[in-house]
Amino acid sequence: MSQTTEQTATAKTIFGFWVYLMTDCVLFASLFASFAVLRFSTYGGSAGNELFSMPYVLVETMALLFSSYTAGLGLLAARRGNKRQVLGWFAVTMLLGLMFLTMELSEFHKLAVEGNSWRRSGFLSAFFTLVGTHGAHITTGLIWMAVLLAKIWQQGITSVNLKRLTMLSMFWHFLDIIWIFIFTIVYLFGVNP
Amino acid sequence: MFANLLGRLSWQAFPHDAITLGGAVSMVVIGTALFGFLLYTKRLKWLWKEWLTSLDPKKIGVMYVVVALVMLLRGLADASLMRVQQATSVGNSHGLLDANHFQQIFSAHGTIMIFFVAMGLMFGLINLIMPLQIGARDVAFPFLNSVAFWLFAAGMLLINLSLIVGEFSAAGWLAYPPLSELAYSPGVGVDYWIWALQIAGAGSLLSGINFLVTILRMRRPGMKLMHMPLFTWSVLCSMVLVVFAFPILTGTLAMLALDRTLGMHFFTADGGGNAMMYVNLIWAWGHPEVYILVLPAFGIFSEIVPTFSRKRLFGYSSMVAALIAITFLSYVVWLHHFFTMGAGGDVNAFFGIMTMVIAIPTGVKVFNWMFTMYRGRIKFATPMLWFMGFVVTFTIGGLAGVMMAVPAIDFQVHNSLFLVAHFHTMIVGGVVFGFFAGLTYWFPKIFGYTLNERLGRYAFWCWFVGFLLAFVPLYILGLMGATRRMDHYDASLGWQGLFIVAALGVGLVLLGTGFQVLQLIVSIKDRAKHLDKSGDPWNGRTLEWSTTSPAPFYNFALQTPVSGRDAFWEMKQAKATPHAKPQYEDITLPKNSGLGVFIAGFAFIAGFAVIWHIWWAAPLGLFGIIACVIIRAMNDEPEYTVSAEEIAKLERGRA
Repeated sequence: MSQTTEQTATAKTIFGFWVYLMTDCVLFASLFASFAVLRFSTYGGSAGNELFSMPYVLVETMALLFSSYTAGLGLLAARRGNKRQVLGWFAVTMLLGLMFLTMELSEFHKLAVEGNSWRRSGFLSAFFTLVGTHGAHITTGLIWMAVLLAKIWQQGITSVNLKRLTMLSMFWHFLDIIWIFIFTIVYLFGVNP
Repeated sequence: MFANLLGRLSWQAFPHDAITLGGAVSMVVIGTALFGFLLYTKRLKWLWKEWLTSLDPKKIGVMYVVVALVMLLRGLADASLMRVQQATSVGNSHGLLDANHFQQIFSAHGTIMIFFVAMGLMFGLINLIMPLQIGARDVAFPFLNSVAFWLFAAGMLLINLSLIVGEFSAAGWLAYPPLSELAYSPGVGVDYWIWALQIAGAGSLLSGINFLVTILRMRRPGMKLMHMPLFTWSVLCSMVLVVFAFPILTGTLAMLALDRTLGMHFFTADGGGNAMMYVNLIWAWGHPEVYILVLPAFGIFSEIVPTFSRKRLFGYSSMVAALIAITFLSYVVWLHHFFTMGAGGDVNAFFGIMTMVIAIPTGVKVFNWMFTMYRGRIKFATPMLWFMGFVVTFTIGGLAGVMMAVPAIDFQVHNSLFLVAHFHTMIVGGVVFGFFAGLTYWFPKIFGYTLNERLGRYAFWCWFVGFLLAFVPLYILGLMGATRRMDHYDASLGWQGLFIVAALGVGLVLLGTGFQVLQLIVSIKDRAKHLDKSGDPWNGRTLEWSTTSPAPFYNFALQTPVSGRDAFWEMKQAKATPHAKPQYEDITLPKNSGLGVFIAGFAFIAGFAVIWHIWWAAPLGLFGIIACVIIRAMNDEPEYTVSAEEIAKLERGRA
C-alpha cells in the first residue's frame, strides 16, 4: 500500500470512529434524558442529597480527569515514537482508570447493601444505569488498553498501532467528557436539588 | 440441578397447539431439508467460503435480500392469519385463533416486517448498489459490514426461534409498558422481542456508520456531493438518521430489559417508573425509522424515473434539499404518535404543525418525479409500474397522514384501523413498492440477466389491486370505529362485509407474491435468453451501469475521475475514445473472515441465555464476542492485493 492510500485509510477509520462516538453520545443522551425525568421519582426512598458523598465523588472525578491527561501525554509520546514513554503513561492511565472503577463499584456496593439498590426506585434505576453504562465503557476502554499495550510492547509503535492508540485516546477523552456531565447533572444537581 | 442449568426452559416451552406446531414443524423441516441438500451436493464448504465468510458487499447484499424475502413470506403468512381471523371471528363464531395467539401474531407481523423485511431489503440494496454508484471498489469497513449482516441474521433467527421454543411477545410491535413489563407479560415473549431487536439493531447501527463513512470518504475522484446520484443521496440522509436514531432504540430496549430482568423501575407502574417516557423514547427512534426506510425508496424512484423517461431528473437540487429537510423534520414530529397522551394543546399544536410541514418536501419530490416524466419518452417497464402504483398509494396515504396530523382529528381515529390503513399505505405503498422496483431495476446488475417482464407485470397488478382492496376497507372501518388489534367483534356492528373484502385483498397480494416467486424461477430458467452483455440494459445514467453485469469482485478496474451529474450518461454522450492502453494498478481488497459469523453466533447465545435466564451461558456469549473482537484486532494482515497484471488479464477476459 502506498503512503498516501495508507494515510487516506487511516483518516477514514478515524472519521468512522468519530461517527461511532457520536452514536455513543446519543445513547448517553437518552440515558441522561431518562435520568432527568426520573430524578425526583424516589418512591419514598432516599434522594441524591442523602446518598452521595461529594468529597468521595470529587476524588473519583480527579482520578478520571488526570487519567485523561496522562493518556494525552502517552499519545504525544507515541507521535514522537517513544515506546517506553507510551507504555509508561498508558500504564499510569490504566491504574487511574482502575482506581476510578474500583471507587465507583464500591459506591455501588455501599448503596446496594444500605437498601438503595436499583430495585428501590425509578431514580435509583436511572442512576445505576447511567453511571453503570459509563463504568461499562471504562471497563471496555481498560480491556482495549491492555490488549493494545501488549501489542505495542511486542511490535513497537507501527502506523497501525498509532492509529489504534489515537482511537483509544479519543474514546478515553470522550468518556471523560461524559463523566463531567454525570458529575454535574447526577451529583452536583443531586446534592443541591 | 438440571432445571437450574436451563433457567426457565422446560418441555412446556415447546408448542402444543395445531397452528404454532404447524409453523414450527414446517420451519424445522425446511431448514433440515436445505441443510441436507447442501450436505448431499457437497456445497457446505462452498457456501462457507464463497458466501457466509465473504466481505464483498455485493455478496452480503444478496444475503440480506434472501433473508428479507424469506421473512416477507413469514410476515405475509401472519398477515393472512390476521385477515382470516377478522373476517370470520364475528358474533358467535370465534375464528381460528384465541386472543393471546392473535396478539402474538400481530406483534410478530409488525416486528418482522419492519426489522427483518424492510430493513433487510434496504441494507441489501445499499450494499449491492451504493458502492457501485459512487464508483468505489468496496465499503469503508468491510468486516463491520459482515458483522452487521450476521447480527441482523442472529436477530432474525431469535425471533423465529420463538415460534418453536417458548412464545413471542403479545404486546404489539413496539411493546408499550406497563403491558410489556414483567407484571403483565411474565413469559419469555417480550424478552424474545427485546433481544431479537437489540441484536439486529446493533447491526443496523454498525451499518449506518459504515455507509455514512463510505459515501463521505470513498467517492470516485471528481464526484462532488452535488454530483452524487439521488439514491446515494437518499442513503446518506437515511444513514444520518440511523446514526442518530438507533442509539435511542438501543438505550430504550436496554432499559426495558433491565426492568424485566433486574427489577428496575424505568417504565413500571409502581416504584416510580414512568411508562410515558418509554413511549416518547421509542418514538424518538420510531419516527426517524419510518424515514430511514422510505428515503432510500425515494432514492430508487429518483433513479428509475429519469432512466425510463429518458430525461435528466427534474429539479436535482430541490430533490436534495427536500431529502435534507425531511431528514431534519423527521426528528421533530415523534409526538404525533401519541397526541392523546395529554401533553397539552401547545405541545400538540407544535408537533401537529411540524407533521404537516413534512408534506411540503414530500410533495416537492412527487411533483419533481412527475415533471421528470413530463414530455419524456417513457418506457413502461415493471419498475416504472411500481413507481406509478407508488404515486397513487403514497398520495392516498400522505393525505390520510396530513389529516391525522391535526390533533383534533387524531383524537377520533387514534389506534383505529384508519391509522393501520395509513401506515400500511406508506410502508407497503411507499417502501415495499420502492424496494420491489429497485430489485427489478438492479437485478441484471446483480445477477447478469433481467427478470421476466410479463410475470413482473402480473405480480405488480395483483399487488396493487390487492393492496387497495385490503386497505381501503380499513380506512372506512376505522372511521366506523373499528379499533386496531381486535380478535373479535359484535355482529351488529355491520363490519364483517368490509373485513371480508380486506381478506380477499390479501388473497390477491398472496397471488402477486406467487407470481414473484414464479418470476424468479422462470427468469433463472431462461437466463440464457435475457443475459445482460452490455452491463447497461436500461440505458442507465449512473456509474453502476458502467461496469459489467454482474460487476467483477473489484467493481471497477480503473478509478477514472468523473465530472458532473449522471456521470455515465455524460461518458456515453461524449463517446470518448478509450485510451490506447489502460493503466491498471494494484487493487487491495479484504480477505474473507468467519469472525462475523462467530460474533453474531455468540450474540445469539447471549441473547437466548438472557431470555431464558440461563445465567451461565450469558457471560459465555459475551466473552465469546470479546475474544472474537480481540482476535480480529490482532490480525495485522486483513487484506490481500491483486496485482495490476492480474487485473489486466481479468479485464481482457471480460472484454
